[in-house]
Amino acid sequence: MSIDKIFVLILGLAGIIFTYWFFLMKKGKETAVSEEAQIIVEGGYTPENISVTRGEKTKITFLRKDPSSCLEEVVLGDFHIRKYLPLNQPVTIEITPKKAGEYKYSCGMNMYHGKIIVK
Amino acid sequence: MKKTFSISGMHCASCVTIIERSLTKVAGISSATANLATLQASIDYDPELVSDNQIERALEDVGYKALLHVQKDSEELTKQKELRDLKIKTSLSLSLGLLILWGSFPGLRETAPKLLTVSLVQLVLASVVQFWAGLVFYRATIPSLKHRSANMDTLVTIGTTVAFSYSAFVTFFPNYLENLGIPPEPYFDVSTIIIALILLGRFLEAKAKSGTSEAIRKLIGLQAKNARVVRDGKDIDIPIENVVLGDHIRVRPGEKIPVDGVVLEGTSSVDESMVSGESIPVDKMKDSEVFGATINKSGSFVYKATKVGKDTLLAQIIRLVQEAQGSKAPIQRIADLISSYFVPIVIMLAVATFAVWYIFGPAPSFVFATLNAIAVLIIACPCAMGLATPTAIMVGTGLGAGRGILIKDAESLEIAHKINTIIFDKTGTLTKGKPEVTDIVLTKNSKSKNADEILSLAAAIEKNSEHSLAEAIVTKSETRKLDLPKVADFAAIAGHGVRGVVNGKSLALGNRKLMTKEGLDIGQIESNLEKLENDGKTVMILAYDNQISGLIAVSDTVKDTAHEAVSQLKKLGLEVVMITGDNHRTAQAIGEKLGIDKILAEVLPQEKESKVREIQEQGKIVAMVGDGINDAPALASADVGIAMGSGTDVAMESAGITLINQDLRSVVAALNLSRKTMRTIKLNLFWAFGYNVALIPVAMGILYPFFGVSMNPIFASLAMSTSSISVVLNSLLLKRVRL
Repeated sequence: MSIDKIFVLILGLAGIIFTYWFFLMKKGKETAVSEEAQIIVEGGYTPENISVTRGEKTKITFLRKDPSSCLEEVVLGDFHIRKYLPLNQPVTIEITPKKAGEYKYSCGMNMYHGKIIVK
Repeated sequence: MKKTFSISGMHCASCVTIIERSLTKVAGISSATANLATLQASIDYDPELVSDNQIERALEDVGYKALLHVQKDSEELTKQKELRDLKIKTSLSLSLGLLILWGSFPGLRETAPKLLTVSLVQLVLASVVQFWAGLVFYRATIPSLKHRSANMDTLVTIGTTVAFSYSAFVTFFPNYLENLGIPPEPYFDVSTIIIALILLGRFLEAKAKSGTSEAIRKLIGLQAKNARVVRDGKDIDIPIENVVLGDHIRVRPGEKIPVDGVVLEGTSSVDESMVSGESIPVDKMKDSEVFGATINKSGSFVYKATKVGKDTLLAQIIRLVQEAQGSKAPIQRIADLISSYFVPIVIMLAVATFAVWYIFGPAPSFVFATLNAIAVLIIACPCAMGLATPTAIMVGTGLGAGRGILIKDAESLEIAHKINTIIFDKTGTLTKGKPEVTDIVLTKNSKSKNADEILSLAAAIEKNSEHSLAEAIVTKSETRKLDLPKVADFAAIAGHGVRGVVNGKSLALGNRKLMTKEGLDIGQIESNLEKLENDGKTVMILAYDNQISGLIAVSDTVKDTAHEAVSQLKKLGLEVVMITGDNHRTAQAIGEKLGIDKILAEVLPQEKESKVREIQEQGKIVAMVGDGINDAPALASADVGIAMGSGTDVAMESAGITLINQDLRSVVAALNLSRKTMRTIKLNLFWAFGYNVALIPVAMGILYPFFGVSMNPIFASLAMSTSSISVVLNSLLLKRVRL
């Protein structure tokens, strides 16, 4: 095998490992919020993971700054909420989680994810 | 009154103070709060003193704009603007892409103007597509990489950037590649046509997707804008938002009823099909309930508003449909799991494809490996998987709402297609829930001439009674417009019946025990009595002037649609069960009439829930149909609870499916809706998975060793765009389904 092919092989393996590590092994930070939270929607959700108190009414405002149509909807399946997020316009939802646990939310096509951690 | 609206121009904390101050200066606004996070203001105001103009002017004076009417239509307007932009970008990139293809594709190149074959010209044209039309992909990819996330846009960005950069390199350094033995051919056609086709796909998908949420828009559009309120004896037109509880509202023929209420005066018939799915207009008179958004056909009436704003039936329907569309069906879990790993896996496959073909591919292996890797990135379609379930749920729940079938969540819709046993509560569900006179029999030696005379005698005496059967007799005499004689010496004998004196002659109406007490022989009527009782009817004997004159049978009549609904359910292969508190004989009689084989009789209301559980323990998947009020626990414990003819909160809360009309065939329609929606979802998922599983290996070049063919990235983009559109279109086909 010529040197360039060996080089491509090593680079290919490294690329696969890097892709796996970069996308699939990330650990999201958790942001504790009380009563109100604002999530910026731009290439994902910032903050991605928020923790709220069980039984407390929490207002979450999503502000989409990303023109990608992938992010135009946010879905909180456990709370029966699917909301269209107009660009640069805040959209507020209200939840009062009754049970502790982790509740995932995502974009309409389930490409971007975040978590609401109820404690 | 409270009002919340968006404000443009607010960007700092000091704006909040300025806005609040300028709003509270307006006479009639008692308090105002502005919120920088939401860019909104809320005010407490008196609508009679403050107009929208005043609010707008107050904010304009300090440099802001109140977007009082923007909220409602902003989603629609934004979507329209996005579609318009997308259309322009799609058409321009398609035109430029085709020009580049003409100037570069072997066979076509020779017919093209010289200018188009020049690589530098192609580079300029391709740059417009790559960095103007394709900017949307970069703007989505860069921030998502910061979040270590990837989606569809990431794949398109990587694929087209590689094709574009390689072509640009070829344009500037052709000799370098020639020295390496690689023909210096640019692939600007690949990068531009991929962008153009994916934008085209997105444009068509967005258009089709707007059809999936049409139901909500239609429901919102049903609402009336104004109400004619009677205040101080005068009719005044006011916006529907200003109607308050207790307002008296006048409705004329052909007008839309603004909010829910109860008729005070006048009669009419109302078309309620938009909320209940019932096509026959419903008669309304004093004390009838009317619902907002329904249409008054004939006659005019005045009614009292009993529910306004978010409490009206229409508002609740909209809320329920929105919630159902936001919920996730269990079947979606697998698609969710796969799509969350999908894009990174595709990137890894593209890297592997490049490495394998670079090492083992035909010369020039670099170009071959690059084109195959680009094809892998472009053909992968996570969107189809993401769209498969929600679009079908949106169309399905919307379709249901249009027929008076409200689905609480996607899970109920999914389970409903699996049920094999359906339990009906009898009273008020299979039957009308109101006893009616069914038979009037004259005896041989009757002193009465006809049935009407029997009925008028019975009604005359029962008018004094409070028994529920008495009401049925009196109502019947009213519908026949009979004159009732006067009754003297009325007496009710508990557990027996009633007696009195009419025209100086004794009159008794009651059961066997009463007749025995009166010393009358019932032998001659015994066979008639038994026959009626075996039909599940309650029979009363009328004795006039010490002679048995006739029999009156009263029964809770079955709904006209019950028999047809039961036979259709049986045809669907379901076991139909009836549950009732009635005695075995009555229950059996009604069961036979409807063709229901399995009957659970003499079940107390509180036992219904445990009966449902017993059937579930036999391994059956059970739907329970009831009115949703008395049997809420039974509905909640069934796999799917179906509440009939009710728009109450209790029913909607405990039932997975709420049917607004009284037509029992809606139960069949609801189950059919569930079956058809699930079939669409399964087909969508099969297509979305099948597409990716079959075509990603083709794009990777799996066919090349056997047939010597590999996929051109342009075809990959065509396949990708078609894939997600086909899923959305398949969901839209549900709209044509007959329930």
